[in-house]
Amino acid sequence: MINNQIIRILSKILFPFLIIFALYVQFHGDYGPGGGFQAGVVVAAAFVFYALVNGLAKLKEIISEKLLECLVPLGVLIYSGVGVTSWILGGNFLDYSLLDKSDPSHGQHMGVLIIELGVLITVAATMLLIFYSFSGRGRKGDS
Amino acid sequence: MFDQWPSLVVAVPLIAAGICAIIRYEFFCWLVSIITSLVSLSGSIFLYLTVKASGDISYKLGGWAPPVGIEYRVDIFACYLLILISLVAIAVLIYGRKLINKEIASHLRGWFYSMYLLCMCGLMGIVITGDAFNAFVFMEISSLSMYTLIALGRDKRALLASYQYLILGTLGATMYVIGVGLLFNVTGTLNLIDLSIKIQPILDTPVIKVAMSFIFAGLSIKIALFPLHFWLPNAYAFAPSVVTTFLAATATKVSIYLLMRYFYTVFGFSFGMSSELIIGIILSCSILAIFVGSFSAIFENNLKRLLAFSSVAQIGYITLGIAIANNAGLTGSMVHIFNHALMKASLFMILGAIAFQIHKDQLTLTDLSGLGKQMPFSMAAMTIAGLSLLGVPGTVGFVTKWYLIQGAMQNGWWWLVVLILVSSLLVLIYLGKIIETVYFKPASNTGIEMNELPGSTFIIILLAVSSCIYLGFDTSLTLGIAEEAVNALVPEG
Repeated sequence: MINNQIIRILSKILFPFLIIFALYVQFHGDYGPGGGFQAGVVVAAAFVFYALVNGLAKLKEIISEKLLECLVPLGVLIYSGVGVTSWILGGNFLDYSLLDKSDPSHGQHMGVLIIELGVLITVAATMLLIFYSFSGRGRKGDS
Repeated sequence: MFDQWPSLVVAVPLIAAGICAIIRYEFFCWLVSIITSLVSLSGSIFLYLTVKASGDISYKLGGWAPPVGIEYRVDIFACYLLILISLVAIAVLIYGRKLINKEIASHLRGWFYSMYLLCMCGLMGIVITGDAFNAFVFMEISSLSMYTLIALGRDKRALLASYQYLILGTLGATMYVIGVGLLFNVTGTLNLIDLSIKIQPILDTPVIKVAMSFIFAGLSIKIALFPLHFWLPNAYAFAPSVVTTFLAATATKVSIYLLMRYFYTVFGFSFGMSSELIIGIILSCSILAIFVGSFSAIFENNLKRLLAFSSVAQIGYITLGIAIANNAGLTGSMVHIFNHALMKASLFMILGAIAFQIHKDQLTLTDLSGLGKQMPFSMAAMTIAGLSLLGVPGTVGFVTKWYLIQGAMQNGWWWLVVLILVSSLLVLIYLGKIIETVYFKPASNTGIEMNELPGSTFIIILLAVSSCIYLGFDTSLTLGIAEEAVNALVPEG
């Protein structure tokens, strides 16, 4: 599809909007429907779209499988890291209010956002890894 | 710091799983796993001592007060299972490092440890949480990592077994969550303690009955209660031997824990309600499980599958205690949760060690012929663990059967006493078959160069098997906790 100019240019235009939309869903999760899961899938979809147009090899140049394999647990660690921080600050596991002692509700916003970031990273990386392993099946010269 | 133990025992394995997945260096991961299980074990023991001294612990996750927030609730019953899981986890890790290195490809080992820890985190979470939906989340965590662990088996059929388990396990989890959804719909709460209060006035309405059926059916799949046990034999047979050991000792037990939690804590079951329909269903399923499981084991040639069928039968004994519905019966099933974990873990560990020594994945009965002379230690250990499975006096299996029979007699169910005794004879048949092959058949695999049994494997098997006997004589430890757990679960008992 790399030779089809319309698709190629359209994909270039759409890509940033997909990411922006993902970020909108991500931050909107604080107030209404949305959040890390959905945003992560949209981010992954943007990259899958890129791979569909430009080929899997091109995408793997940008995001290698090794990197993704590190990103999946990294998200989990960010999530549990918030929990550990609240332990250190003397509270229960995942007690966000302690993140900002002067303004607990600000701390809660912060905690949720950081946790959702962890979720976004893990979900997006997992979706891409699944895409890699499915689309990479049976291809020659694919590492 | 000490009041953080309820979250520590669950969160530490989760964090360690993440670390293992990033740094996938085998020795490092193994060490992290060992340390993690040690932390969880000491946490569980500390929780047990605290609960014993000063009553149940309620831990507010994230600082939100129950019933709105998620509550971790620790009572003696939960501690009992927590100790069991972390104890098995650490024993399997020490026992199995060499076996893991042999059975699992080097680029997957880091992931293996990560999944192992995640599975442990999920199982501990199910036990410790006091929230119906949180239990579902942990159930998914443990199940998903378990499917991965099973699929790591070297045999191609491991993938199929794992897939089978995935489909059935998901079905079970879905039914469970439908049941929880119904309960939430009529009560508006997910906290188990809160549920048990709000459910009281509407206990006889159809909604609650339907919810109870859904939860029972869903958990029965996870437990592998008789007609729903089809995933279990293959999953146990084709998983790597360390995974089989861990699974057999913990996974089904945790589901039984959750079922008992719902029956006694939420739905307010009490002793002497043996006329209820659901108890009748459990009773017939348990008896069928014992007999069908044992018969299938008799006609099975693959040893891991044989033990898996025997697990189906043994699970029948545990649920039988629920059906007998009196103090002795429930104590029997409670103590059998630990005893069966001990016996089955020993047997699977020994099988794994033999497979390691004679370079074979799937052991059949003929592989064992004449091994009595070549491997005197392993075979003696297997005989002892097998005898406990049979319930010979002086072994842990006897303690269980003693209590179950007592419970049946108190109900006046003499036919059940006969059935329990007859079922022991069935164990004797398949056990006898193994022992005969081991000691009285000529050696079939002379000339195979055998691996040396690793020292740590030897020690763990020795410890496990000797505790099969020790805990059969000195019952105060296991039986003590089991009785306390029954009292915690059913207050008037």
